[in-house]
Amino acid sequence: MAEQMKVIYERPRSWANKVTHYCPGCTHGVAHRLVAELVDEMGLVDKTIGVWPVGCAVLGYDYFNFDSVEAAHGRAPAMATGIKVTNPDNFVFTYQGDGDLASIGMAEIVHAAARGWPITVIFINNGNYGMTGGQMAPTTLLGQKTTTSPLGRTPQANGFPIRVAEMLAQLDGPAYIARVSLDSPVNIRKAKSAMRKAFNAQVRGIGFSLVECLSTCPTNWKLTPVESMERVRKEVMPYFPLGEFKVVEGVL
Amino acid sequence: MSDKVLMKGAEALAEGAIQAGCRYYFGYPITPQNETPEYMSRRLPEVGGRFVQAESEVASINMVYGAACAGVRVMTSSSSPGISLMQEGISYISGSNVPCVVMNAMRGGPGLGNIAPAQADYFQAVKGGGNGDYKRIVFAPSSIQEGVDLFVDAFELADKYRMVVMVIVDGLIGQMMEPVEFKTRIDVSTLKTPEWATVGRHGRDHANIITSLTLDAAGLEQWNLKLQAKYAQVELTESRIEEYQMDDADYAIIAYGTMARIAKTTIRIARAKGIKLGLLRPITVWPFPAKQIQTYVGKLKGTLTVELAYRQLFEDVQLALCGKIPLGWYGRGGGVVPGPQEILAAFEEQFGKGR
Repeated sequence: MAEQMKVIYERPRSWANKVTHYCPGCTHGVAHRLVAELVDEMGLVDKTIGVWPVGCAVLGYDYFNFDSVEAAHGRAPAMATGIKVTNPDNFVFTYQGDGDLASIGMAEIVHAAARGWPITVIFINNGNYGMTGGQMAPTTLLGQKTTTSPLGRTPQANGFPIRVAEMLAQLDGPAYIARVSLDSPVNIRKAKSAMRKAFNAQVRGIGFSLVECLSTCPTNWKLTPVESMERVRKEVMPYFPLGEFKVVEGVL
Repeated sequence: MSDKVLMKGAEALAEGAIQAGCRYYFGYPITPQNETPEYMSRRLPEVGGRFVQAESEVASINMVYGAACAGVRVMTSSSSPGISLMQEGISYISGSNVPCVVMNAMRGGPGLGNIAPAQADYFQAVKGGGNGDYKRIVFAPSSIQEGVDLFVDAFELADKYRMVVMVIVDGLIGQMMEPVEFKTRIDVSTLKTPEWATVGRHGRDHANIITSLTLDAAGLEQWNLKLQAKYAQVELTESRIEEYQMDDADYAIIAYGTMARIAKTTIRIARAKGIKLGLLRPITVWPFPAKQIQTYVGKLKGTLTVELAYRQLFEDVQLALCGKIPLGWYGRGGGVVPGPQEILAAFEEQFGKGR
């Protein structure tokens, strides 16, 4: 009966009706969708400004119906700071990969977190530079082969991976810091819950928030999408444990 | 009653920017311009603005970029090594068609150099610095009052053309004190948020996107052609020059900023000796006032370009005059500022007694 049918799943209104350029099995699409769902559910589309990175998500602004700017490599937190101080009532988030945020943009993210001003960061950790062809990132695991660590990352040659969420959680500025994974339906639901808290930390004016999302890169990992999800669970999560690392009072 | 007040250059220029409607400033400490961010940090909150000390010049210019995308009047200032770090951001801001003002209190280089007055960032300011084909309007005031006045034009033109406007001074202008009058006060409540600004849709029927990225080559060429058309318009209408004692001049010194100021004393001494020397002082070094300088072809026996750099301004003079007037040059580097007599000696060495 038509009158008994109800919509249980639909395209988010803040999602532009476009096909993304992401590779099959890449979790950028999942992260994008969660952002769009939350912008819808929290009624933020009219006051949102997305700040996009250099990396695979460089064209992210094409996929949403809210205002966006495209930052220089690693500078999204600085740009977001400039946007936020001019219009503090707006909702400003950055969306950054691991090369962008944890390598070239490390100074900007640390100081944005230390200032603690209410901006939100969606941080995609897929362990390599995806767009440029799979080079070693600050998050590349020990032993992991990339195009610039062809024999596998070693501490002697390449140093150690950086756990961004734990590191930033040491600062007094952040209101909310969590690491989630996009590898399974249950973890995606948890990821959305964490992102909602991160968005709320800004909307309620509490402070800086960041959600690190363990993500896949099947093309450069040279794995199938399913194998990539398994790798996240078996190899990535042991080094990058999921959880909330900072939750100040009032964040919910 | 005069409204003149005695102020230090770096502070007066900051107040000039505020009077011109600047309400947002992002910066990082570097000598010799620290008085500018210090002044901004105490003054901007009084007028409803915001000062942010960034973690680096790289962050400063990208905070400026963000605020510029919101369509507000925003600036940063720094000195040579810091301005070098901002070149990436200046390129992005230029490639995105958003307005801002950047002040460079130039110091001796290259590298860490020193903190003495210099003009060796001329090429960086005028020819490029960052990647890609872009231009900025570059004002080169030679007094504090002129700098204050030019800040109004700097913000107006930045908004009008949606481009970066630079104001280049040096530590000498920044550190000296002069009487200054703030003649123009922009009422920021009259400034409208531009329709292109990323300030949230708030009912707008489309999303605004600001980016310097165009992956398609033909599309990026079209974007470049639009920028080039804008720059051509700016070249046509915005070049400025001061022509000082040029009516009867046989020779002209070509100099800007601090050097032009010192050259005026040289001219007084030369004229007392019977040398008919004048001054052509570019107020904008981009667009370079080539056409105004070219009007002296056939009238002058020679020009002496004087700068605190090694043949940077001189190249633009060469391009403007193409050998149609004999070209002399005198420059000092590393923060050494020559006195008027030294300039006159250089002139006499190259042009004899000028008769």
